[in-house]
Amino acid sequence: MSHLPLSRRGFLRGTAGLAGVTALSSLPLAARAADKLTVGFIYVGAKDDYGYNQSHAEGAAALKSMPGVTVVEEEKVAETVDVTKTMESMINFDGATLLFPTSFGYFDPFILELAPKYKTVRFEHCGGLWTDKDPKNVGSYFGYIDMAVYLNGICAGHATKSKKIGFVAAKPIPQVLENINCFLLGARAVDPSITCQVIFTGEWSMPVKEAEATNALCDAGCDVITAHVDGPKVVMQTAAGRGAYICGYHANQSALAPDKYLTGAEWNWGKVYTDFLTKVMAGGTIDNFVRGGLAEGFVKMSPLGPAVSDAARKQFADTQAAILKGGFSVFKGPMKDNTGKEVIPAGKVYLETDVALESMNYLVEGVLGSTS
Amino acid sequence: MTDLGLWAVPVAILGGAIRVSTPFLFVSLGEVLTERAGRINLGLEGTLVFGAMAGYAVAYESGSAWAGVLAAALAGVIFGLLHGLICSLPKVNDIAIGIALMLLGTGLAFFFGTPYVQPVAPRLPAIDLGFWSGIPQVQAALTVNVLFLAGIALALGMAWMLRATRVGLILRVVGDSTDAARAMGLRPNAIRIGATAAGGAFAGVAGAYLSLFYPGAWSQGVSSGQGLMAVALVIFARWNPLNCVWAALLFGGAGALGPALQSVGLSEGYYLYYAAPYVLTLGVLIATSSPNRATAGAPGELSITK
Repeated sequence: MSHLPLSRRGFLRGTAGLAGVTALSSLPLAARAADKLTVGFIYVGAKDDYGYNQSHAEGAAALKSMPGVTVVEEEKVAETVDVTKTMESMINFDGATLLFPTSFGYFDPFILELAPKYKTVRFEHCGGLWTDKDPKNVGSYFGYIDMAVYLNGICAGHATKSKKIGFVAAKPIPQVLENINCFLLGARAVDPSITCQVIFTGEWSMPVKEAEATNALCDAGCDVITAHVDGPKVVMQTAAGRGAYICGYHANQSALAPDKYLTGAEWNWGKVYTDFLTKVMAGGTIDNFVRGGLAEGFVKMSPLGPAVSDAARKQFADTQAAILKGGFSVFKGPMKDNTGKEVIPAGKVYLETDVALESMNYLVEGVLGSTS
Repeated sequence: MTDLGLWAVPVAILGGAIRVSTPFLFVSLGEVLTERAGRINLGLEGTLVFGAMAGYAVAYESGSAWAGVLAAALAGVIFGLLHGLICSLPKVNDIAIGIALMLLGTGLAFFFGTPYVQPVAPRLPAIDLGFWSGIPQVQAALTVNVLFLAGIALALGMAWMLRATRVGLILRVVGDSTDAARAMGLRPNAIRIGATAAGGAFAGVAGAYLSLFYPGAWSQGVSSGQGLMAVALVIFARWNPLNCVWAALLFGGAGALGPALQSVGLSEGYYLYYAAPYVLTLGVLIATSSPNRATAGAPGELSITK
């Protein structure tokens, strides 16, 4: 993203445009309904990464067929001041009034600092933790994919023979830690002696390092492997090549190794974004804090692979039914982290919707690895 | 799986050295060839990425991984020729052209590579050199790709060529003194263009190794800057093909250190281990530098030494 020096003419045009938007936004909501709307999507990586960014780009593509909606996109925008420049350029030059900056690191401080400057623009961030103290034109949405990862863990628990499963993780942020913990807890619902080895690569997309991490996990004896990186293709291929079973993430990766693929946790952003836009085009506003899981269709499971045993299928189906019914919890006290510290006291139960889980900073007992 | 305990770390470093070093080796050999003829081609990162894309795409479309390697080499020749031809024009700076071609190569690769992120192309075959060991980790570490062996053979061949053959002598003369080369009746520009094209072919093959063997998939992040690091390795290796082998192995092994240490339980401070290759470079450069022979071995016609 090149930095455009602001000329006087450009500045005047920008302010004129802003004034127009401000005037428009002072109209009653109903009057604005069914207007034209420009929506901006920002991705941290390539939008064809067969993973996280692609899942969002497919969601954005689903909006392009909606009448009156124009979608502008920019990929490979770093989690630095670059994203501020991209957001400002989408607002001032493309006239976007609804932005979806989709990477975790965009939220604080970049979105939170820019939002007060553009009060008429709506910033919808994926994965951030919006609170009442944050600007009202900022919203956050996310899917409870950890429950889908827990179901991955159940299949992994049945498939592992070495009682050791592996996780290739990018960065130790709450959502990644939650997924690692859920993967192990799912496996431990099958056999409490199972452990999970985690290796952090430190980057969202670093194929050579992901392949090295996968090999290291296989060398350490892990025989079921999953990942939380932007594009899990390399991890899946390398693990299957070493003879390990794999659980997918972000998208359905079963085509890479159909015999080794157990199941996978997939995003379903097309539905989420279409629902958002339908609401906005009808004159409504998106809630500041939106979450949904398997029941709401925010996330879904890949079809079970041929390597999944009948016992695993049964436990998978029973657990999925319990999750869909609601009130299901995997984070129940007493629970210790892997340094022996008690993180959830006895009697405390966190449901999947509990906001406290979104600031998770520990790995539960049985995970071999460290958060720093 | 046998539990190796802490022995897992040296085994992983050995495996990493073999798996990760090949692209470093090919790119640095290509750069040695180019620089010994008196040109610097910083664009090899772009050639590497484009080679990775072209190799993957052709392997997928044709069903043959070796066709992919050939296509990557051809693409590398084209980029090398382009660099060589432009730099033959008067008053053109080879470093600036290199950077321009690096951006062009990666940009073109991303543009044409989009449809090939998801499909699975055939992989290059590997030779199992660990059959004698009963330990699965050692077997996995010694699964060696043919290109790795080809790279070592190439390094030996290049070292011999530069030292003992007429072609090597011509290359060195052109690289060390344009005037001397002209006096001998050689055509320095034509020789430099040829050397740059051959160097580009090596970098293209390195890209094909990335996308067709390890990590074995085409994506925009596939190189993670390895082409640039390999160009720097040339200085580290003092323009000597045999040193390139050691330098490449060292960098490959150092890259395996972080994941290996985490897998044996040394998980605190992994960002520090990931910096190991760079700390290593700094350390070795400081250790081998001296005010008297700062650019020992550097060809005399390089634009950085003039």
